[in-house]
Amino acid sequence: MTRPPRLIPALLALVACLFAASLLVGPAGIPPGRGLMALLTGQGGAEVLVMREIRLPRAILGLAIGAALGLAGAAMQGFLRNPLAEPGLIGTSAAAALGAVLAIHSGLYAGFALALPLMALAGAGLSVGVILALAGPRGTALSLILAGIAVSSLAGALTSLVLNLAPNPYAASEIVFWMMGSLADRSMLHVALALPFLAAGAALIGTTGRGLDALTLGEDAAASLGISLTRLRLKLVLGVAALVGASVAVAGAVGFVGLVAPHLMRGAVGARPSRLLPAAALTGAAILLAADIATRVVAPERDLKLGVLTALVGAPFFLHLVRRMAREA
Amino acid sequence: MLLTLENFTVTRGPCPVVEGVSLAIAPGECVGLIGPNGAGKTSLLRGALGLLPASGHSSLAAMPPSARARAAAWLPQSREIAWGISVAHLVRLGRIPHQGRGLDDAGAVERALARMGLTAFRDRAATRLSGGEQARALIARALAQEAPLLLADEPIAGLDPAAQIATMRVFASLAAEGGAVVAALHDLGLAARHCTRLIVLARGRPVADGAPRAVLTPGLLGAVFGIRAYLEETAEGLVFQPLDTLEPQG
Repeated sequence: MTRPPRLIPALLALVACLFAASLLVGPAGIPPGRGLMALLTGQGGAEVLVMREIRLPRAILGLAIGAALGLAGAAMQGFLRNPLAEPGLIGTSAAAALGAVLAIHSGLYAGFALALPLMALAGAGLSVGVILALAGPRGTALSLILAGIAVSSLAGALTSLVLNLAPNPYAASEIVFWMMGSLADRSMLHVALALPFLAAGAALIGTTGRGLDALTLGEDAAASLGISLTRLRLKLVLGVAALVGASVAVAGAVGFVGLVAPHLMRGAVGARPSRLLPAAALTGAAILLAADIATRVVAPERDLKLGVLTALVGAPFFLHLVRRMAREA
Repeated sequence: MLLTLENFTVTRGPCPVVEGVSLAIAPGECVGLIGPNGAGKTSLLRGALGLLPASGHSSLAAMPPSARARAAAWLPQSREIAWGISVAHLVRLGRIPHQGRGLDDAGAVERALARMGLTAFRDRAATRLSGGEQARALIARALAQEAPLLLADEPIAGLDPAAQIATMRVFASLAAEGGAVVAALHDLGLAARHCTRLIVLARGRPVADGAPRAVLTPGLLGAVFGIRAYLEETAEGLVFQPLDTLEPQG
């Protein structure tokens, strides 16, 4: 009954390989050996610049954001006891996207590049406040979902309004392209901005494992086991918001990773919510790194957007999972 | 005393569903909490645990949640198993209040599985069991908590006769070992045979409390349940069989 303990090491190895591939694959066509030398020693002119300023932040963000989305998805599914839950459900991603869109629309972003992620983070923070106020301190999981849907719809409507009022087609297309999600052209500044939020969110979610396990029995039984549902919910909302808010702030909307990663691993961890957290995080990192490499390999000259690719591959795969679930039931 | 309630009132919405209940549960008691639908059995148990806001005193609700989880196990009526975890892992969830205390968690899980006759099911996915097997697995989860007091809400509903009797025997043996069980029950026959004490709730108030033979009088059955029944002390023990409603319904 105990699962082979090699799952996590195997996932770690996979993520490490994909991380290395993400560093070594790109349009500059630097040979792997020289690329690594340039990265590690800082000698080699333009190659150092490509490796350290372009590929390294991109690989780090792919790893960190993929892990964040996988972890947030596993936590949401565990908390809501629903395999269809995804990290965007509490409205954070829509609110963060609205913040970013406002930064693009207002032109703040043209003068100060970090205005976009900062405004996205502000949007995410605001949505958390609204969610907690709407759902109340003792509300049920259902009130949380409903509040999340309300916030998502409002943020989505406001985003549409901004697009509607875009001063010119270029501004509108810039917004649309940003919303498709991408890791291209991100700098170490983006990494420095996102990592503290991602780390804090992961730390918060990391403490919820026991509570999520107990919730397998329902809210009443979990409470009777000494789990404080109020605290669990607060940790979950803040943790997921930090993970998703920071992810959207630097990468835009990247769908399906948070939904699919927990599904892929549920069987391998014996469906236990606490064990699913690290496995889904590593799987999310692997998916996002692989997808980001694919955008560079499949159509290097067309700037294929990461979010488009994850949805394009993720949706049919999700259909396959749903079909398998239906057949097993 | 494992549980004391004093002037305990639970209010849901505008009206009290449990009103002014005072009682005490001592070690060694296997208590059947009986009463018609809507009498307040579930609210009384949940309120006593501190899972519902209530007024008056409950010795359990006054405890910090982590200590209360070691003092009393709770088996809710709704049988939720959200994920297809193995039966052994499901039962082990009952050990959450004891985690990090260096106790024999694995042993407690095995004892609970054995008591409910589930040892052979330990590696099966809990969601793939039949409804009755799931109910037994959830009872095993509550047993694994090894708290002195077990509060159970309709624990035997939907079980086959053998499993119902076996479960009531487990409850009686928990009481015989120095623990106590309070179970909300609808099967008065099983309650009469296996419980040491019955508490009758009607419209949120206790209307009778004592040994089954003393409580299940024709007058009480008529007034509270609206039925008449056959009740006889036989060589096989107390036999209770509901016969008819007093005023034919429907």
